[in-house]
Amino acid sequence: MVQPKAPSNPGRRKFLINVTSVVGAGAVAGALVPFVGSWNPSARAEAAGAPVKADLSKLLPGEMMIVEWRGVPVYVVKHTQESMAVLNKNLSRLSDPDSVEDQQPEYARNELRSRKKGISIITAVCTHLACAPKFYPQLGTTDFDSDWQGGFFCPCHGSKFDLAGRVYAGVPAPTNLPIPPHYFKTEDILIIGEDEGTV
Amino acid sequence: MVNKIMSWFDERLPITATIERHLTKYPAPINMNIWYLAGVLLVVVLVIQLISGIWLLMNYEPTAEGAFASIQYIMRDVEYGWMIRYMHTTGSSAFFALIYLHMFRGMMYGSYQKPRELLWVVGWFTFFLLCALGFTGYVLPWGQMSFWAAQVIMSLFGSIPFIGEDLLIWIRGDYLISGITLNRLFALHVVLLPLALIAVIFVHILALHEVGSNNPDGVDVKKFKDEDGVPLDTKPFFPYDIMHDLYAIGVFLIFFCFIMFFYPDGGGYLIEYVNYEPADNLKTPDHIVPSWYYTPYYAMLRAITFPIFGLSAKFLGFVVMAAGIAIFVALPWLDRSPVKSIRYKGIFSKFFLSLFVVSFFVLGYLGSVPPNPVRTLFAQIFTFTYFAYFLLMPIYSKYEKCKPVPDRVTLS
Ligand code: HEM
Ligand code: FES
Repeated sequence: MVQPKAPSNPGRRKFLINVTSVVGAGAVAGALVPFVGSWNPSARAEAAGAPVKADLSKLLPGEMMIVEWRGVPVYVVKHTQESMAVLNKNLSRLSDPDSVEDQQPEYARNELRSRKKGISIITAVCTHLACAPKFYPQLGTTDFDSDWQGGFFCPCHGSKFDLAGRVYAGVPAPTNLPIPPHYFKTEDILIIGEDEGTV
Repeated sequence: MVNKIMSWFDERLPITATIERHLTKYPAPINMNIWYLAGVLLVVVLVIQLISGIWLLMNYEPTAEGAFASIQYIMRDVEYGWMIRYMHTTGSSAFFALIYLHMFRGMMYGSYQKPRELLWVVGWFTFFLLCALGFTGYVLPWGQMSFWAAQVIMSLFGSIPFIGEDLLIWIRGDYLISGITLNRLFALHVVLLPLALIAVIFVHILALHEVGSNNPDGVDVKKFKDEDGVPLDTKPFFPYDIMHDLYAIGVFLIFFCFIMFFYPDGGGYLIEYVNYEPADNLKTPDHIVPSWYYTPYYAMLRAITFPIFGLSAKFLGFVVMAAGIAIFVALPWLDRSPVKSIRYKGIFSKFFLSLFVVSFFVLGYLGSVPPNPVRTLFAQIFTFTYFAYFLLMPIYSKYEKCKPVPDRVTLS
């Protein structure tokens, strides 16, 4: 093959190549912006987080109800006298019994992790890899625990939580289940997704 | 006349030269054995996946509302829809079975050693892309397993320190797995990843034809050539080798059809029964297990149950799993043996390769069953031995005593 002759002014070539490369790289970076940005949640996805309302009048003590908020399940548990008593006795097996980690609104940093006595309101998104833990209220021996104190068991990789959503020590999930913002509009009407007075 | 036409073309496009280089004059070692069939079968499966995939696409609906129903529609109402879908699901399992065999062949015969390092690295990229294709495809039917697999696998990114939470929202495109996520995985599965896969396979074959095929003895066939410069221990790929290949393709397709027609579910291993339930974002299935071809890596993910140096167990599990998939890339630089093939390597190489195989299968089993403390302990042990094969290789491959390698290939 015939080689083209080397340019007579190599310094000038080199300069032009460098400038073109830098400008070109800048252009590529700029062109990436819309493509990367378009993967962010869309305005519609952002708007879908509206609060939801739940009527607890039919929920009996010892029962749990599932409310969907922003596409994720929220568990509303009505405690019995016995189950509330158990919550205190099991503290040594929990990794954050006093809810020190920031997994709840300030008003829910209490024993039942809620605004209201006798009720727990828990986002059922496992803090490990986001499966929905299952409700196992009964005490005693289960497949996954020889001395179960009632609570939630995550079927995906075996994390355990008590009835207030506090995580057991030594399971894959690192923190307590999160508590969503919530308040009671009336005695039995629960609003999830909003703190009182924000609207 | 024909010659004239051909030379008209050849002056404008290197047709004859290409055919000669890649087919009629490509020198294939004469001692290639059954392990050398996986590659050509992989190409066959690629074609099956592309065609069945495009046909599925004609009736599939990539929305959270419509996806599940459209699969049912394909299965029940579209003529031959069931067959095309089973072709695609059977194809994805066949793809992985073959790619694992293909990689193992390379590990046995030292096919990653000089001068085939790049060939090996490029090959690994196809494996990586296949993993991504399998995952994204699995989500598309939007059944219970699709949804929760997407939930768990994507949440892994959330475990990365500092940037995890934001990264997770960015890749999901939402604050949870939703139709938005489905849509983007769909675009990746049917356009970006297949295109990338085809491109990488193309480069893989180009690289192969540049350096030439290795063989079960791991000897360099180019050392002894005849007067025309053709290596003595080779024969042209076309028409000699292609004959074996066609025979193998025939046998493979019989087996493929047998699965596709009679056992498309593979007892729940090829298509999981839980995925016959539509996705329910409020309820996780009792057992979530990945497809069989990911179970060894899933077992590694679960094996890490303890934090180290302040890094959470879930992040470390993710790292170990990713490392288990990625570590193959390093093989050309981990192997210090003067010998390529396992036939002439020493006892330690044989031991560790066997240990690797055992670990792979045990992890595969453990990843497919629910965990308990005993199984977790086993998963930890075998994760360790899996990595031992790789990480100890620079030592045992260097110091062990190898057998003498013959000059020319041997035929058994
Ligand atoms: C090349 C390697 C490929 C692999 C390993 C692969 C794998 C998979 C898997 C595992 C599924 C889920 C099957 C199920 O459970 O039903 C799937 C579904 C699907 N794939 Fe692929 N695929 C590949 C290529 C393609 C291509 C190239 C296209 C289209 C251009 C395609 C289109 C589809 C569609 C539309 C579905 C959804 C329908 C269904 O679930 O059966 N695939 N794929
Ligand atoms: S997602 Fe709950 S334990 Fe892994």
